[in-house]
Amino acid sequence: MIKSLRTIIAVVLFLVPIIFISCFFLYPVAAILWNGLQSQDHLNQLTEVLRTPRSQKAIWFTFWQATISTVITILVALPSAALISKMKKRSRKWARAAITVPFVLPTIVVAGAFEAVFKQLGIDRGPLSLHHTSWAIILAHVFFNYAVVARTVGSFWSGLDYRVEEQARLLGANKWQAFWQVTFPALKPAIYASAVITYLFSFTSFGIILVLGGPRKATIETEIYRYAITRSDFQSASSLALVQLIAVLFLIIVSTRLERGKPAPKSISYRSSEQFSLKFRLTNWTLVSMFLGGPILTLFLRSFSVGDGYGISHYQALASRVPQLPATALSAILNSLIFATVATCIALAVGILASLQIVHGKRGLRSLFDLGLTLPLGTSAVTIGFGILIALDEPPLDLRTSWWIVPIAHALIGTPFVIRTMVPALRHINPKIREVAATLGAAPHQVRRAIDLPIAMRGALVGAAFSFAVSIGEFGATSFLPRRPETLTAPIAMFRLLSTPGDLLRGQAMALSVILALIVATTVVVIESTKAGSEGSF
Amino acid sequence: MFHLRKVLAPVFISLGLITACGSDKALPNEQGSRSTGEVSAETTEPRKTIRLVTHGSFAVSDDIFVQFEEQTGIRVEVLMSGDAGTMLAESILTAGNPIGDVIFGIDNTFMQRAIEANVLEQYESPQLEIVLDEFEIDDLHYLTPIDFGDVCVNYWIDSFPSNQPTKLSDLTQPQYANQLVVQNPETSSPGLAFLLATIAGTPDWEQYWKDLRDNGVAITSGWEDAYYGEFKAGGGDRSMVVSYASSPPAEVLYADPPTDQSPTAVLLDSCYRQIEFAGILAGTKHREAAESLIDFMLSPRFQNDVPLNMFVFPVIEGAVLPQEFIDHAQVAESPLVIDPAEIESNRDTWTDRWVEIVLG
Repeated sequence: MIKSLRTIIAVVLFLVPIIFISCFFLYPVAAILWNGLQSQDHLNQLTEVLRTPRSQKAIWFTFWQATISTVITILVALPSAALISKMKKRSRKWARAAITVPFVLPTIVVAGAFEAVFKQLGIDRGPLSLHHTSWAIILAHVFFNYAVVARTVGSFWSGLDYRVEEQARLLGANKWQAFWQVTFPALKPAIYASAVITYLFSFTSFGIILVLGGPRKATIETEIYRYAITRSDFQSASSLALVQLIAVLFLIIVSTRLERGKPAPKSISYRSSEQFSLKFRLTNWTLVSMFLGGPILTLFLRSFSVGDGYGISHYQALASRVPQLPATALSAILNSLIFATVATCIALAVGILASLQIVHGKRGLRSLFDLGLTLPLGTSAVTIGFGILIALDEPPLDLRTSWWIVPIAHALIGTPFVIRTMVPALRHINPKIREVAATLGAAPHQVRRAIDLPIAMRGALVGAAFSFAVSIGEFGATSFLPRRPETLTAPIAMFRLLSTPGDLLRGQAMALSVILALIVATTVVVIESTKAGSEGSF
Repeated sequence: MFHLRKVLAPVFISLGLITACGSDKALPNEQGSRSTGEVSAETTEPRKTIRLVTHGSFAVSDDIFVQFEEQTGIRVEVLMSGDAGTMLAESILTAGNPIGDVIFGIDNTFMQRAIEANVLEQYESPQLEIVLDEFEIDDLHYLTPIDFGDVCVNYWIDSFPSNQPTKLSDLTQPQYANQLVVQNPETSSPGLAFLLATIAGTPDWEQYWKDLRDNGVAITSGWEDAYYGEFKAGGGDRSMVVSYASSPPAEVLYADPPTDQSPTAVLLDSCYRQIEFAGILAGTKHREAAESLIDFMLSPRFQNDVPLNMFVFPVIEGAVLPQEFIDHAQVAESPLVIDPAEIESNRDTWTDRWVEIVLG
């Protein structure tokens, strides 16, 4: 009786992620692609747009900038990951919160801030100009994804067994040799996991490409937008969307292979007593705060710049409605908080269940889960938004104008974060501990509950924090979904405020972005202060 | 258990797709705001809900649809998405099963595309009588004009103490070198309007853009990065930007510190007229209510509400402009326009050519 009940529960839990991804992603995306491709008679027509030099240039540039962005992000974020992994609980919490802030800032605001910083530094013109260059795009991608790498790797790093590295040192390896030959290979799963997210993020980046890259830079994503929105040419848009989908599929498959790799020998963290040198810590955090802090400081100052001096009137103004917004900016913040909370809950539920399948499930299914649930991160907001619009359009599934569609769309993008932070954690639990538990008479589900779950929660909470931040700052998919005026979200409010001239409106937009940043920082601190969050530092 | 899973997995996946998608009906719709009451409402009481589909820039006074509801018993539910292009693309994709009953915000640059895509039903509003003739450009009455606004070059007054630009052709002169910033017509609606302005307003637009390029015109992807990034109003160093005729009044209304003089002015010779239309979406189940809403949008009450909310101008005779508009907004007397059908058949060729000349 109990056993069959357990089976039923297991089957239901198994189905939840499948149903979620099928209904809200696979089916809509298939529908929109089919809609665009069915009208083409030949493969010839399908590839017509792909054969134009313009498309080929865009496709090439997409891969190029995403690759460079990812490599640089990993290189510059690794030192912080190292430092975070050895930090004391309290300071670690704050460091993590601080570096997560960029993640939430709306691209249009950040792009403006970057341009302002370039101007300050005098690199908006002349031979070293970054204005409308690929490097401006890459810098911004590093800015946004820094936290993904630093936190995912840092959290994983703190779970490594430092004794191995110390043994290597004892055997005569110097610090660098010990790092490259012992620690770095052990970190690979977390590095690949965060690299995939960074890559997909850069791959489908939109606002940054348009604003910082300028009119000459185009990617698959911006071309999909151009064909679908400006030209209503859904055939060409679908062809490009298909290319995007296949590229992302391929990418995830390769990365999953790499990520799985050889499980590194380890046990649950034995923290090294050795700290990094003061010089290293100082240099790293100074550089990081200059890089991440520069654009944020610009926003901060602008939000307090009132008239010819400084003041808080832009913040006060958020409480009253301006004609450009259908509701007050304050209520938009509230909406965003509610959406983000709901989206995070959905992403956590789906992500945790899926991660368990990915780690413990049957081989073939594993990669299917991983693949299916990571895909949305690499899929154009146009594809997802329009797909939902044409697929979920009939009762009983007419969700096109439902309130739920926004948090669901956000959860689609949040789930991969939960999975990518949980799976490496789960996969690298020392099998010996499980074996010991089993030997002591624990049933498999008890082992999972007592051992896997607490460890997995550490990853899940990092993922939850990201999922929340993604939702708070999400603009693309939200803007493509029909929404009621009263469900205005903060990023959309910000965008609207910036689309009418006047310093008062701009000041409000800046104040709004500073508040969003504070909310995310606070949430990260709160999430990581929970009991499960502190498990990260056994 | 695992064995069972393995066997059943494909079955579950397909079953999951079908049954689960079906059962999602259980998802609550927020505040019951989906008009589930419609069916019964139609039979038992006169109250109806219709949906107005529009773009993200739509804005009205809080009580305006309350008044409409009091007059007619029809409740209006607004659905906003993206920009005008997004909204049109979405209505084309959902043709036959639209998400709403009335669409507002299709402009004359997209008008023909909407008509050709068969997403609209014809309706000739009796209120058209009071609409100024120049705005009635759809003889087939698929689309009803609701407001208009001009896209014009704005300039920073202090930058030009004596030599203010007055003509479109001035912009290619050496004295205005490196001063103008415009948006990419492929990604920006004012950018497209300005391209159309040059096609309508210069003898050889391709040559004109070659001259602009040689005179150091800057291109951005969107309005925000042009106005706030490059133009003086946002701290940039360019003195001329493609924006709207209603931008100067906005500069006064939202000035910080307050001012009664706009720092910017409009180059009236460069103005392209954008007219925004409303239409009834084909497939609506509330045809009569949709007609009433369109009539209402042409009533003085709605028309007078338009300027300070959407920063555009009313289209009916005798509309009252707010003081800010009277003081600071200028309307071009002979704005540039191109026939919507001509735009539709040439737009892609024009923008492709523009890309070659300016970005190539």
